[in-house]
Amino acid sequence: MTDQKVSATASGSTGSGSSGLLDWVDARFPLTSNIKNHLTEYYAPKNFNFWYFFGSLALLVLVMQIVTGIFLTMHYKPDAQEAFASVEYIMRDVFGGNIIRYMHSTGASMFFVVVYLHMFRGVIYGSYRTPRELIWLFGVGIFLVLMGEAFFGYLLPWGQMSYWGAQVIVNLFSTIPFIGPDLSEWLRGDYLVSDATLNRFFAFHVIALPLVLLGLVAVHLIALHEVGSNNPDGVEIKKHKDKTTGIPLDGIPFHPYYTVKDLVGVVVFLMVFTAIVFFAPEMGGYFLEANNFVPADPLKTPAHIAPVWYFTPYYSILRAVPPIGISQFPGVAAMGLSVVVFAFLPWLDKSPVRSIRYRGNLYKGWLAAFVVSFVILGYLGTLPADTWGQFGAWMGKADRATVVARICTAIYFLFFILMPWYTKRDKTKAMPERVTH
Amino acid sequence: MSDTKYDNSNGLSFQSPTAIDLEKRKFLIQATAATGAVGAAAVAVPFVGSMLPSERAKAAGAPVEVDISKIEPGSMMTAEWRGQPVWIIHRTEEMLAKLDAHNAQLADPDLEVPQQPAYTKNKGRAINEKYAVMLGTCTHLGCSPNANFAVTADWDGGFVCPCHGSKFDLSGRVFKGSPAPTNLVVPPHQYLTESVLLIGEDKQAEA
Repeated sequence: MTDQKVSATASGSTGSGSSGLLDWVDARFPLTSNIKNHLTEYYAPKNFNFWYFFGSLALLVLVMQIVTGIFLTMHYKPDAQEAFASVEYIMRDVFGGNIIRYMHSTGASMFFVVVYLHMFRGVIYGSYRTPRELIWLFGVGIFLVLMGEAFFGYLLPWGQMSYWGAQVIVNLFSTIPFIGPDLSEWLRGDYLVSDATLNRFFAFHVIALPLVLLGLVAVHLIALHEVGSNNPDGVEIKKHKDKTTGIPLDGIPFHPYYTVKDLVGVVVFLMVFTAIVFFAPEMGGYFLEANNFVPADPLKTPAHIAPVWYFTPYYSILRAVPPIGISQFPGVAAMGLSVVVFAFLPWLDKSPVRSIRYRGNLYKGWLAAFVVSFVILGYLGTLPADTWGQFGAWMGKADRATVVARICTAIYFLFFILMPWYTKRDKTKAMPERVTH
Repeated sequence: MSDTKYDNSNGLSFQSPTAIDLEKRKFLIQATAATGAVGAAAVAVPFVGSMLPSERAKAAGAPVEVDISKIEPGSMMTAEWRGQPVWIIHRTEEMLAKLDAHNAQLADPDLEVPQQPAYTKNKGRAINEKYAVMLGTCTHLGCSPNANFAVTADWDGGFVCPCHGSKFDLSGRVFKGSPAPTNLVVPPHQYLTESVLLIGEDKQAEA
C-alpha cells in the first residue's frame, strides 16, 4: 500500500483503482471513517496484559457458535420423536457432523470460560466504574442471554439430562407467587416438558436469543469505543493527550497492535479448544453429561441430576437457601439475584481507585473470599447434597455439604452487600498519573 | 414536478410557528400513542396465546384406566397420566403399621395443605388403604423421586428425590428438612371395579 491519504471530503474523485472505489463507497457509506474509529485510530491503552485477551476471544467463540449452529440446524430435527435420533445421526452418519457438534458443545462451555475470565478482568481492574457503567450493564445483559442460550440449547438433544434439567428450570418459575404455575405452563406450552416445549426452545435458541445477543454485543462495543478502554492501572489515558494530534500519550492504535496481540491469544485458545474437541469432547462428563446419552424419559428421573458446570454455582445457591413455609421462592429468588447482582457493581464500589493494583488488603481479602466461595459453590453444585455425609446430632444431622454451601452463599452475597462499606474503608495506594507496565 | 419545493398553490396556508396550538399537539401525540399501544397489545394477544397449551395438548390430558391387580404386595407400578408418572403402591400390613410411627418427623402429617382430594384426607391417604395413589413428581421442582422401600433403623421406607434430596414416606408425605415444601399430590381417581383404577377423574366430577 502507498501512504497516499484518502481525503474524507473528496467529492467526485477522479482517482483510479481501489482508492477510486473506496471514495465511491465512502461518499455513500462511512467505511473509512468506521475503520478508523474502531480499528486504526481507536487508541487503546498500551499496557493491556493477559486478561485482555478474553473480549476478542468471546467474539471468536460467538462467531464459531453461530457458524457451527447453522450447520447443525441443517440436520437436526426439533421434534420430540426425532430429536435424539437426529443428533445421533449427525454424530454417526453426517460427514464431519461429529466435529461440528463437538465444536458447538465445546464452544458452549468455552464461551462461559472466556466470559467468566472477561468478567473477572472487569472486576479486578474496575472496568465497570464511571464512565463505563453502560458497557458493564450491556455485558451483564450478554451474560444473561448467554445463560438463556445455553439452557434452551441444552434441551435440544432431548436426552435425560436435557429433559430433567429443563423440567427443573421451568418449574423454578412456578414457584413465583400467584402467577407461577400459569407462567410455567405458558413457558412449556403443555402440562409437562414435551414436544411443544422442545419446538419453542429451538426457536429461542436458533433465532430469538442470537438476535438479541448480536444486538447487545454491538451496543457493548459501541459504548466501549465511545468512552475508551480501561486498563490494568485503572487510569484514564484520555487525561494526557498529545497537544498537537489529540492522541492519548499512552494509547496505541487497536489495529495493528492489538489485532496482532489478540491473534496470539487466538492461536493459544484454538490449541486448547481443538485439543478438547479431538481428545476430550465430553470433558469427563462436565461438558456433556453421561445421562444425556440416554433418550429423554418423562417417567424416570436419572439417579443424580446436576446442571452443566457453568450453572453449578447458582444451582448450589438455589439448593442452599431453605424454603419459607411452603414456598421455595426464596431459593429461586436468591439464585436469580446471584446472577443479576453483578449489574449493581458500578454503584456498590466506592473506592477512590479502580484497579486491584492500588487497592488495599481489605478489598483483596473480600475478593479472594468471593472467588473461593464461587468455586466451592460450583464444585458442590455438581454433586448430590449429601455428598459429604451428615453432621452429628449437635448440628441436627444437617448435610455437611449444604452447611458449607450456605456459608459460601452468605459470603457470595456479602461481597456485594458490604462492598460500599469495605471499599470506602480500604487503605488504597496512590494511583499513578500515567499507565505503568 | 414543480421546481418550487414548497408549492403553496393548493390553497393551504402555513401558520406562523407562534400560532401552533401546543396543547392540541400534545393531545394528538398522546392520543396517537395510546391508540398505538392498544393496537400493539391486541397484536400481542395471538402471539402470547400461541404459547399456551394447544387444544391437542389439552385433549391429551384425558383420564386413564389402570389394572392394579398384578401389583405384588410391597411393590409399586407407575402409570402415565398427562405425561406424568402416577405411582400406585401396594402397601403391606407392616408398611401400613409403620405409617404413624414417624409422624413427628413429617412436615404435614395431618394433610392440612390440600395436596389431595377430600376423599383421601384420611389415615392411609387413600380410598382403599392398601393402594396409595400419587403423582410421582417432587413438589420441589418436579423431578421424579426414587423408591427406597428397604427399611432400616431410621427409615421406614419411602421415596427420595435424586435432584435435591427431598424425602417422602409411603403415603407421599414429606419429611421435615426436605427442600420440597408439601406432600406429593394425590390426583383425582376412583375405582371402576375392585382392581381397575381410573386416574384423572373422580366420582365428584360425575355427580
